[in-house]
Amino acid sequence: MKQKLIAAPYLVWMAVFIVVPLLMVAYFAFTDGEGRFTLDYIAEVGKYTDIFVRSIWLAAIATVICLVIAYPLAYILTKMEKKRQSTMLMIVMLPMWMNFLLRTYAWMTLLGNNGIINTLLGYVGLGPYKMLNTEGAVVLGMVYNYLPYMILPLYSVMEKIDKSLIEAAADLGCNGARVLAKVIFPLSLPGVTSGITMVFVPAISTFIISRMLGGGGNLLIGDLIEMQFLGNSYNPNLGAGISLVLMVIILLIMTIMNQFDSDDEKVLI
Amino acid sequence: MKNIISLQNIVVDFDGENILQNISLNIRDKEFVTLLGPSGCGKTTTLRIIGGFLEPNSGTVLFDGKKINNLPPYKRNVNTVFQRYALFPHLNVYDNIAFGLKVQKLPEKEIRTRVAEMLELVNLRGFEKRGVNHLSGGQQQRVAIARALVNRPKVLLLDEPLGALDLKLRKEMQIELKRIQQSLEITFVYVTHDQEEALTMSDTVVVMNKGNIQQIGSPVDIYNEPVNAFVADFIGESNVLKGVMLKDCLVEISGRQFECVDKGFAENEAVDVVIRPEDVQLIPAEQAQITGVVDSVTFKGVHYEMLIEAYDFRWMVHSTKAAELGSTVGMTFDPYDIHVMKKMKDETF
Repeated sequence: MKQKLIAAPYLVWMAVFIVVPLLMVAYFAFTDGEGRFTLDYIAEVGKYTDIFVRSIWLAAIATVICLVIAYPLAYILTKMEKKRQSTMLMIVMLPMWMNFLLRTYAWMTLLGNNGIINTLLGYVGLGPYKMLNTEGAVVLGMVYNYLPYMILPLYSVMEKIDKSLIEAAADLGCNGARVLAKVIFPLSLPGVTSGITMVFVPAISTFIISRMLGGGGNLLIGDLIEMQFLGNSYNPNLGAGISLVLMVIILLIMTIMNQFDSDDEKVLI
Repeated sequence: MKNIISLQNIVVDFDGENILQNISLNIRDKEFVTLLGPSGCGKTTTLRIIGGFLEPNSGTVLFDGKKINNLPPYKRNVNTVFQRYALFPHLNVYDNIAFGLKVQKLPEKEIRTRVAEMLELVNLRGFEKRGVNHLSGGQQQRVAIARALVNRPKVLLLDEPLGALDLKLRKEMQIELKRIQQSLEITFVYVTHDQEEALTMSDTVVVMNKGNIQQIGSPVDIYNEPVNAFVADFIGESNVLKGVMLKDCLVEISGRQFECVDKGFAENEAVDVVIRPEDVQLIPAEQAQITGVVDSVTFKGVHYEMLIEAYDFRWMVHSTKAAELGSTVGMTFDPYDIHVMKKMKDETF
């Protein structure tokens, strides 16, 4: 009873700021301007399939790249002395303390046709290469911005793996690579799934990164939704419809992800 | 019998601290050896050197006559039962036990037969599909033993494997472990701080303290003929008194002279005298050389434990008959129950 009382403020908070808005999104998605029920807007989402595919594709590539970079890094981190571990973690998190917009602007000046990288390449007689306003730049922006969100859950899961399990594996005949494959990797799977969630979900719905680094030609779902609410093509009902479909897609992907997890360690969505 | 493991002049330093100071130890094939000592005595470190998890700063580790100092654990023909079992939480009982065999890439059929054999040996038939987190402490213990033994190691290392079990289960497992060791005919190196456990199971007990080996011997030898006051005190309870060896077979304790059976000390040499509580007999005060006042009486089941204050020393006495609290009693002991030993250089134990 007492516990329920303590939880009450949070329940109210969740109801007011999560459940009610969600219901409102659903309401707008299934009604027209006059409040009549319609499936038109949901159907209209189908017109933007290419944008959905591009968003999922770019977010997936960024997530995989993050995983490939973060996994060995997190593993090496856990092998370091405790003192150096915390210093390294600080360095990993340092970019997160800087403003998101600023970080992304920095990449614009780096990647632009007259940007720093092309200027430097020019000195050695190379380029200029078109780097800004490409899909590659969008992926780069996603990886750069979301990498810490992959490293941290991986690190915290790997760090908790009992060292005696690693010794036990070595004792039973595993060399270093086998220990990694047969013990550390399976035990770090919860970190992998939560890292993927924490990178993929924001990446698939970002609009700043694609706007700033992708130019006009690489619209993502986030941009599309933003346009329905703030742009010239003001249409909140369609915006709500797109949001709802995106949510269902993310839910589906996360459900599939969770199948790879053991029963008692489900990733919280 | 030949030596399967031989440690020669092993020294281990850790952060400038001397963990093992020049240890030499031979372990014979098919022997049950127990490394016994208080925490921090270096027993686990010794085990880790044999297992290959730690390289000594100096000294030689021989296995079957070959030097294995630099051999990593996965290349050694020894397996370990870890203190907290270290079972793989992502695998079930079968896969935990089969782990080592799968790493060796043995044929599936052989793996199945050998795992079944092991499950039989540790009385866990029918538990194959269970998750290891759904087992009791005793069952996890058995899985850990099976997982190590299935690889048919020449030597099994056990690091306080029964520490987490309750007393009754521990006693059962002690007997079980001894049975397994005898039926498989392999060498067990067992680490414990529990002297009773050591005496129950071992062929040879190695008593360690502060990075040094104090005594190596059979359980009976260690109990009856401790080489110094530390061993005497650690193996069972003891009265350790200061004494003076007046001449061969005559020792002075608390200002009184007693006949004993020890020889070979210098005249008037200061010595430690050890007398077991169960070897002290209570007699009427007027017949005794040493008398004291009964300070406490505690019922211990089989016997009473009494503390008797006599001449600045508090004697511990075990007897089936209780003396009256506060009464004055006499104490006596037979000459062969008086163990005289050289004073330890290091008095702080």
